[in-house]
Amino acid sequence: MSHLLTAIVVLPLAGFLLNGLAGNRLGTRFVSAIGCGLPIVAFFVTVKCFLDLQAGSGAPLVDIVYTWAVIGGSSFEVSFYFDRLSAVMVLIVTGVGSLIHVYSIGYMKGDASYARYFSYLNLFLVFMLLLVLGRSLLVLFVGWEGVGLASYLLIGFWFEDPDKARAGKKAFIANRIGDAGFLLGMFLLYTALGTLDMDRINAAFTAAPLPAVSASAVGILLFIGAAGKSAQIPLYVWLPDAMAGPTPVSALIHAATMVTAGVYLIARMSGIYLHAPEASAVIAAIGALTAFFAATIAVAQTDIKKVLAYSTISQLGFMFVALGVGAYSVAIFHLYTHAFFKACLFLGAGSVIHALGGEQDIRKMGGLARRIPVTFATFAVATAAIAGIPPLAGFFSKDEILWFAFASSRGGSPLLFAVAATTALLTAFYMFRLLWLTFFGRSRMTPETEHHVHESPASMASVLIVLAILSAIGGFLALPDFLSSLLPLPGVVPELEHLETPLVIVSIALAFGGLAAAAYLFAGNGDRAERLRRRFPTLHRVLCGKYYVDEAYDWLIARPLYWISDRVFLRLGDQKLFDGSLHGLASLGRRAAGGLSRVQNGNLHLYALLVLAGIIASLAWSWGRG
Amino acid sequence: MLIATSAALFALGLLGVIVRRNVLVMLMCMELMLNGVSLSLVTFAQQTASAAGAVLVFLIFVVAAAEIAIAIPIVLLLVRRKNVLDLDAYTDLKG
Repeated sequence: MSHLLTAIVVLPLAGFLLNGLAGNRLGTRFVSAIGCGLPIVAFFVTVKCFLDLQAGSGAPLVDIVYTWAVIGGSSFEVSFYFDRLSAVMVLIVTGVGSLIHVYSIGYMKGDASYARYFSYLNLFLVFMLLLVLGRSLLVLFVGWEGVGLASYLLIGFWFEDPDKARAGKKAFIANRIGDAGFLLGMFLLYTALGTLDMDRINAAFTAAPLPAVSASAVGILLFIGAAGKSAQIPLYVWLPDAMAGPTPVSALIHAATMVTAGVYLIARMSGIYLHAPEASAVIAAIGALTAFFAATIAVAQTDIKKVLAYSTISQLGFMFVALGVGAYSVAIFHLYTHAFFKACLFLGAGSVIHALGGEQDIRKMGGLARRIPVTFATFAVATAAIAGIPPLAGFFSKDEILWFAFASSRGGSPLLFAVAATTALLTAFYMFRLLWLTFFGRSRMTPETEHHVHESPASMASVLIVLAILSAIGGFLALPDFLSSLLPLPGVVPELEHLETPLVIVSIALAFGGLAAAAYLFAGNGDRAERLRRRFPTLHRVLCGKYYVDEAYDWLIARPLYWISDRVFLRLGDQKLFDGSLHGLASLGRRAAGGLSRVQNGNLHLYALLVLAGIIASLAWSWGRG
Repeated sequence: MLIATSAALFALGLLGVIVRRNVLVMLMCMELMLNGVSLSLVTFAQQTASAAGAVLVFLIFVVAAAEIAIAIPIVLLLVRRKNVLDLDAYTDLKG
């Protein structure tokens, strides 16, 4: 038993409380020291735990904090669970998280709500760590909701702008839909197994008599939750809008960590999915579709952060493909490399935006390579990594995903491979397009912006360099081997085994093909791209409009709901039924009183007459009763 | 016979209270009603040979005396204000 695990969670919590309660009074120096220092300490504590884990016999570290509730025969504990899978996640969360905290010092300098920003960021870390460390699904769910809250707070960080506040709400609500599925899955598991501890659930599903619950039903319900958090079709719409938040937030929450929670959840519950081929097939299909659609949208976007957002959705789709074909450790591998290069890309984009004084439109950039060389170099490395150019990190993980999509005995198929490979090609294409439009070619900036361009301060640049190095070499760590005791790789169809080397060549060819296509189209002054756009105006419009999914949701879901709420619930239900009946009762009383008050006219004779009538009536009545 | 007399007295009094406008007359009519009731009580006491009815009559005397002692000053005050004895003039006193 090690209480170090609790310390990992409590450290950022202390940061949140200190900065949230006292940050405004203690000055930016204090806020930065607390806000960045405590996550860094948490990172080192994690490393210590990790070394303990490795030194031990491989048994997971468990830290029971307290018993939350005892209801009947079942008790709910808040306990932390640290095995190799959580170790990878916690290292990513605290490691990349700390780097992004350090970056934020430079990026957020001078913001009026500096302390609030850091306290929210620390709050996010608290919940994210609860999510990945929790042993019980219940603790995971608390973290799950908490990161949603932190994400909402940070997307709407500049809430004075109604658009940004609205983007925060959209993220929150889209996630709620997924959470409903997640909760139902939890209920189903609990009624069947009587426990929510994830290691026990997995054990129950690997034991001989399978639990009396449909693994596919549970699997699909949990996947609905994962699809909300990890931005998969049909719940992905919130992620592009989430780019309204500060750029380091996009890097930390909406690229590197929070959105991968769904991937973690499914990898963690892999015991269930091994018995749920239908659910796995759904996951693979949705993952592949999401990857493909998001990649096509990214091709036509012009906002640097939107391109990266759709690219994130697309890469998450890749991870779900891997999960769907049973290659859970490969999905975690891609999650891990993706955390580095996508964080690097987002922070690089932040550095570009910072350099240009807030400009995000890549049509108004260009020729920045010489002006901000560090940003350019790191961005280029990360772009090559995401595109899958060997030997950078993205190549290894993406290649493995492609391989298992093709040859896994748990649902790999040539069709899945074809979609994933096309997506990989598109990924390379749109990423190099982004690189080209931003850093090469003639400058399209206004003279005023051009005058401002400057390299970011050392605190930002150094983080970019660290992340670029990690994106370059991260792939050499054979994560699937490391996780194989927990998440064994699926078998490979024997007849396809000899195709492994050709497929590696195919995936390299895809990366370079994308690079070549982007170079061909956008080199020079982009005439060729312009001509291509003229030839397919409709396609371009649809892609620019993101397939009009938001509009379709608006027409199909939001408006009918609004109509029902307005007409049925508000006007008919509330105003007519409830208000009407209450007002009716009140006016009945008022009218009756009005009628009776006419009797009291001050005429004593009338009163006496009425008394007489009363006496007679009561006499008659008692007479009648005998 | 006595019961009939008491009922007639009561009815007469009630009629007077309802029909007459003069405050003093109404008060006297009320006394008439009380006396009708007292008469019936005495009669019943006689018939059943119990003292309870006679005791109750004494109680009514006391109450009637107290009541008239309050009612006459009220009437006096009313008359001082408007100088009429007609009750219809005082309908504006309603609550």
